[in-house]
Amino acid sequence: MADLHVKVAGVSFKNPVIPASGAFGFGREYEKLYPLSRLGGISCKGTTLNLKDGNPPPRIAETPSGMLNSVGLQNPGIDHFIEVELPYLMQKDLTIIANVAGSTVEDCIEIAHRLEGTAVDMIELNISCPNVKQGGAAFGTSPEMAASVTRAVRNATTKPLMVKLSPNVTSIVDIAKAVEAEGADAVSLINTLLGMRIDINTRRPILRNNVGGLSGPAVFPVAVRMVWQVANAVKVPVVGMGGIASGKDAIEMMMAGASAVQVGAAIFADPYAPIHIIDEMNEWLDEHGIASVNDIVGTVQPW
Amino acid sequence: MAYIQDVFPIVQKKNLAKNIFDLTISCPHIAAEAVPGQFVHVKAPGFQLRRPISICGIDKVKGTIRIVFEIRGEGTEKIAGLNPGDLIDVFGPLGHGYTILPPESKVVVIGGGIGVPPLLQTAAAYGKNATAIIGFRNAAAVILKEDFEKNGARVILCTDDGTAGVHGFVTTALEKLLAEEKPDLICACGPMPMLKGVAAMAEEKGIACEISLEERMACGVGACLGCACKTVKNGVEGYSHVCKDGPVFNSKEVRF
Ligand SMILES: Cc1cc2nc3c(=O)[nH]c(=O)nc-3n(C[C@H](O)[C@H](O)[C@H](O)COP(=O)(O)OP(=O)(O)OC[C@H]3O[C@@H](n4cnc5c(N)ncnc54)[C@H](O)[C@@H]3O)c2cc1C
Ligand SMILES: Cc1cc2nc3c(=O)[nH]c(=O)nc-3n(C[C@H](O)[C@H](O)[C@H](O)COP(=O)(O)O)c2cc1C
Ligand code: FES
Repeated sequence: MADLHVKVAGVSFKNPVIPASGAFGFGREYEKLYPLSRLGGISCKGTTLNLKDGNPPPRIAETPSGMLNSVGLQNPGIDHFIEVELPYLMQKDLTIIANVAGSTVEDCIEIAHRLEGTAVDMIELNISCPNVKQGGAAFGTSPEMAASVTRAVRNATTKPLMVKLSPNVTSIVDIAKAVEAEGADAVSLINTLLGMRIDINTRRPILRNNVGGLSGPAVFPVAVRMVWQVANAVKVPVVGMGGIASGKDAIEMMMAGASAVQVGAAIFADPYAPIHIIDEMNEWLDEHGIASVNDIVGTVQPW
Repeated sequence: MAYIQDVFPIVQKKNLAKNIFDLTISCPHIAAEAVPGQFVHVKAPGFQLRRPISICGIDKVKGTIRIVFEIRGEGTEKIAGLNPGDLIDVFGPLGHGYTILPPESKVVVIGGGIGVPPLLQTAAAYGKNATAIIGFRNAAAVILKEDFEKNGARVILCTDDGTAGVHGFVTTALEKLLAEEKPDLICACGPMPMLKGVAAMAEEKGIACEISLEERMACGVGACLGCACKTVKNGVEGYSHVCKDGPVFNSKEVRF
């Protein structure tokens, strides 16, 4: 039995496998399959200041080895999260990451304030959502905007702050450096890649929103590349995700430089995916005589 | 209620009509939990997303469930390629089904095409007190008629072209029936325009009506919020989720 325990920005996880935001709700549904305490942690559904209805359906489209989603951040709002979902998760013995999504800097600050003093272990700030005040472009698409929202939230919270990066940018490394400079304690990547599918019979996009975020095994090599580049450019820890579906994928992501991993779309194919990934990582480490999972982080030997 | 996900053996396969397949799967724990109107999320070998398929029959003694589905695309084609003895990856039972009233209640189940299978087990709960109004394109597309009859239901068969049963739509047959009888509950499944028509008739006559909806799904359990449908609950309009709040909804709550 290898040591699977990891630390990210001072936050302890009993193993490096964390269901990704949006793929696992607040965990309740999956507790009907296995105890949530088996997981390293949970990244909760992206939460906005007020309840959000999300986009009209269809919100899901299948793609080769992946899927598109245009859920549009439907969520019950931060107060519901704190009053209803958080007390439930607090009984489950796993590390809790609150995923914060604001459409303005002020919203992000207010959400961070409300999370102050709660049992949330870490804030994951999703900067892929559109900044309504600045014409709707995502915060995460320019280093300046990414820096300013990170600075604002940094000043509003004493909790460890992880900033989640969008891959829909020219240089994810520049964004990572910008948020690190403003006090991010960690970065997580990647969020979904913007994509589109069209029904050729009706000539209509399958998603009612026309476009949506691509995730699943199809994006894995892009995610590995981005995690590797970012891990080489920043000193703060990196949490890697995008297409991880097996223990070997998770090991590969950690060798690229991730200190922990998140798992999203794989859960839809196999609801036990996070559990299988934990078990497979453990087996692989044992087979290779590696005592601790921390010993593989960033060990890729590039040509 | 527990969820179960595993691979289970297929014990029987039938081809009921062109492109329509009927699989009996041995999965005792799912059969033990399942209620009429629920669905299972089936893995199509090689595909990322599971396919939601309604549970058509539940045999709690034999520990089997039955699913009846039509080939609509690549995923259902793959599932249709599985044979008795093969293992099928099933996740379920999911969602919540039709309200089950006491067996002496008069209940009408009404469905069109591939909307008919989920009604079979529902009708079975009422024996001869059930009326099944089932509609198909033509005689060759008719499925499950004998199964409804075997359970005791009165069957009103309709075809679009009149090659079997009554010539015309199921909604016309329902209208005729409601002119003479007042059932305690109507359970419907089928294409949206049909559901809308049935819901309007039920509303006008003051009869409780439940309809089964479809939406594209990812998780199947209410976690990803992918399968949204517009509903009105306590006067508030918002999105419910077909996999968890449905697939069966009170027709009054659905915004068509
Ligand atoms: C609750 C529920 C119960 C269902 N019960 C049955 C049943 O008993 N028998 C039956 O034949 N069909 C049923 N369906 C429809 C069935 O799920 C689709 O026909 C099937 O998913 C199509 O998959 P495909 O690979 O053949 O098509 P493709 O078009 O290749 O599928 C692409 C993607 O779209 C999704 N999709 C396409 N059409 C539908 C649809 N109508 N509803 C939901 N997702 C869709 C697929 O699941 C897949 O993710 C049900 C749907 C729902 C939501
Ligand atoms: C249905 C769905 C909903 C998502 N919702 C969120 C969200 O609310 N906040 C967020 O930061 N990321 C969200 N994501 C992105 C995932 O957390 C993850 O970054 C991405 O899907 C890549 O990982 P994967 O390939 O393992 O799914 C969502 C993804 C999916 C598939
Ligand atoms: S499919 Fe995920 S919420 Fe319904």
